Amino acid sequence: MTRHTLSVLVEDKPGVLTRVASLFARRAFNINSLAVGPTEVPGMSRMTVVVDADGELIEQVTKQLNKLVNVIKIVELTPESSVQRDHILVKVRADAATRLQVTQAADLFRASVVDVSTDSVVIEATGHPEKLTALLSVLEPFGIREIVQSGTLAVGRGSRSMSDRALRSA
Amino acid sequence: MSKGSPISPSLMATKSAGAPKAPERADRTADHAAVVTDLAAVSPVLGPNNVVPPTVMTGSEAIVRSLEELGVDDIFGLPGGAILPTYDPLMASSMNHVLVRHEQGAGHAAQGYAMVTGRVGVCIATSGPGATNLVTAIMDAHMDSVPLVAITGQVSSGVIGTDAFQEADIVGITMPITKHSFLVTDPNDIPHVMAEAFHLASTGRPGPVLVDVAKDAQQGQMTFSWPPKIDLPGYRPVTRGHNKQVREAAKLIAAASKPVLYVGGGVVKAHASAELRELAELTGAPVVTTLMARGVFPDSHPQHVGMPGMHGTVSAVTALQQSDLLITLGARFDDRVTGILKSFAPNAKVIHADIDPAEISKNRTADVPIVGSVKEIIPELTEAVRSQFEASGTPDLTTWWAFLNNLKETYPLGWTEPEDGLTAPQRVISRIGALTGPEGIYVAGVGQHQMWAAQFIKYERPHAWLNSGGAGTMGYAVPAAMGAKVGEPDRVVWAIDGDGCFQMTNQELATCAINKIPIKVAIINNSSLGMVRQWQTLFYEGRYSNTDLNTGHETVRIPDFVKLADAYGCASFRCERDEDIDATIQKALEINDRPVVIDFVVSPDSMVWPMVPAGVSNDQIQVARNMTPEWEEED
Repeated sequence: MTRHTLSVLVEDKPGVLTRVASLFARRAFNINSLAVGPTEVPGMSRMTVVVDADGELIEQVTKQLNKLVNVIKIVELTPESSVQRDHILVKVRADAATRLQVTQAADLFRASVVDVSTDSVVIEATGHPEKLTALLSVLEPFGIREIVQSGTLAVGRGSRSMSDRALRSA
Repeated sequence: MSKGSPISPSLMATKSAGAPKAPERADRTADHAAVVTDLAAVSPVLGPNNVVPPTVMTGSEAIVRSLEELGVDDIFGLPGGAILPTYDPLMASSMNHVLVRHEQGAGHAAQGYAMVTGRVGVCIATSGPGATNLVTAIMDAHMDSVPLVAITGQVSSGVIGTDAFQEADIVGITMPITKHSFLVTDPNDIPHVMAEAFHLASTGRPGPVLVDVAKDAQQGQMTFSWPPKIDLPGYRPVTRGHNKQVREAAKLIAAASKPVLYVGGGVVKAHASAELRELAELTGAPVVTTLMARGVFPDSHPQHVGMPGMHGTVSAVTALQQSDLLITLGARFDDRVTGILKSFAPNAKVIHADIDPAEISKNRTADVPIVGSVKEIIPELTEAVRSQFEASGTPDLTTWWAFLNNLKETYPLGWTEPEDGLTAPQRVISRIGALTGPEGIYVAGVGQHQMWAAQFIKYERPHAWLNSGGAGTMGYAVPAAMGAKVGEPDRVVWAIDGDGCFQMTNQELATCAINKIPIKVAIINNSSLGMVRQWQTLFYEGRYSNTDLNTGHETVRIPDFVKLADAYGCASFRCERDEDIDATIQKALEINDRPVVIDFVVSPDSMVWPMVPAGVSNDQIQVARNMTPEWEEED
């Protein structure tokens, strides 16, 4: 199975997330992650959907998504032509003895400590999924208590805007 | 630096096409209902596009007014608490509202109406159970691409989400079985939502659209004006086929020695039967019409080789299997047509024209995909083929036709007389078709009688054959026939139903009798759930688990269909002998002031043949039990 990142421009209408999610469920498509939020255009949201699918299936996924009336445009973002980032919050055991080692490890990944207590720290990190996996494996020996992770966010490189072009063609 | 590329050309075509080209003026006599498409080309708002200056009214008045402005004449529905406000102004409207006895009946009636007229069918129900009773019909319309708008009442917006009395999340429930759906909580949204719903239902690949209106939105004041602005930035169906693809298709047609026109329900929906005939006669290729397409190409035409699929003719199934080119028009490679997909038409290249890009290469990869309306694609293809034939010569199909004609003669449709001495159901159905003729409308339920009605009635025109194809909804026939009769009051409308199906929705006989909708119902009464019984005979060693309905010969006959129909105010007859069949049908044809129900008591042992058993290749088609045709050596 190949991983594909789809950027999906949708109308910001009630139920649109449900429509997308239930479509994936009903057609037995496999979502790896999904992130959604508003865009620079009022009334329009953008979803970044990471899907595991092979060639013919990914075409079917995009065609079915396109049939949703609230979906305005879909673009596949390849790793070469886009910036892709995940966001993670990790709660790690860290007492007086280990705190320094933990924060140093975080520094190496340009992650920051956003909360400290007597026996734990919360580390915030942003990056490509592989970098975050590496960070987690470094933090693992200290004891990971909680992980909260966002879906992948992705944007195409260069000056062009997806919503711009979508609006023009509309 | 490139910013990611769109995934496929067909995908791009869906969303970025400009304004669709205005279709040519439809030929009313050839295919009368195309007039709807015509108006849609002018404005996306259906109806005459009257200008209504801003007028203050209630939301419910706006619903009724919108329906009127959209050109709706007939509605099927049943009121209840949450839709009550809308039923009040409906009383004063010139629109004809048919009060059904069950909401499922309203849904199927709207489907039947849409199937014969080509117009959007409209049904109304209240919230909660009223709305959920529409679900089967909505799903049926979704599977068979029927233009349907379902309007449901919803509890007031303030109590949505509180599990209020008769509250159901009908938008959520129907999400996977509608083309789109709306929840209206602001009365000012009503006109544009109604116009959008009708636009969505009737254009592109037609389908059901649900409009759920909260009770307070019906009661609230709003300012109505017409026509409203349709704002659907994500909806731009492609109607025009890609020129290059059409030329590619023409090249393949000119090079093929075993082409087949594989024609589906999309050609009926697009009102393109005349265009199809021209293409067929130009190419000389055999035509198969799927269950959803029966009649779109005349059965009597020498190029028609039959219906393909699980119960298709040997000639149609074999034509597809042995073909070197499938010219697929508005069909979707349904599993009932293909059998085991990987063994389906193994040597054929595929041209696939469909208005829904998602159907193309969904099941079978297309060599030449053409996204667009077959109404526009077929004439373009005909022109392209004509030029191609002029350039490279007309292909010689003599060998192909010799092979197919031999199959047609060797394996015609037929039946064997039942050994129990009871009437053969196929005879009854075939006589109904013969005595009524091709101008009638035939509506089937689901099961053996449906297959026999598809096989033994001769269809010569589109919109004459209605059934629940994709969904396989038992109980479709009576209400859909009722809707068809409302849409085409001057035609004879037969519901060919089974004794099982009939018991699911026969309450609509009351609706028919009271509203003077004189349909004719032929119950093909084999006293059992016949198709299930057939499978039990063939695949479960004759263990008839729960398929005996006790309505036939030498049973308690519960219910007695003749008495039941009589109680509903219908003319009713029972026919149990071959020699009475014609006279009984004639009597039914002479009655036009009320519905007629005939209980044709037939043999429970008759089976539908030919048959491709589920899960095997179409090459394993059986013409009778354990009898496979003898194939020529080289094939």
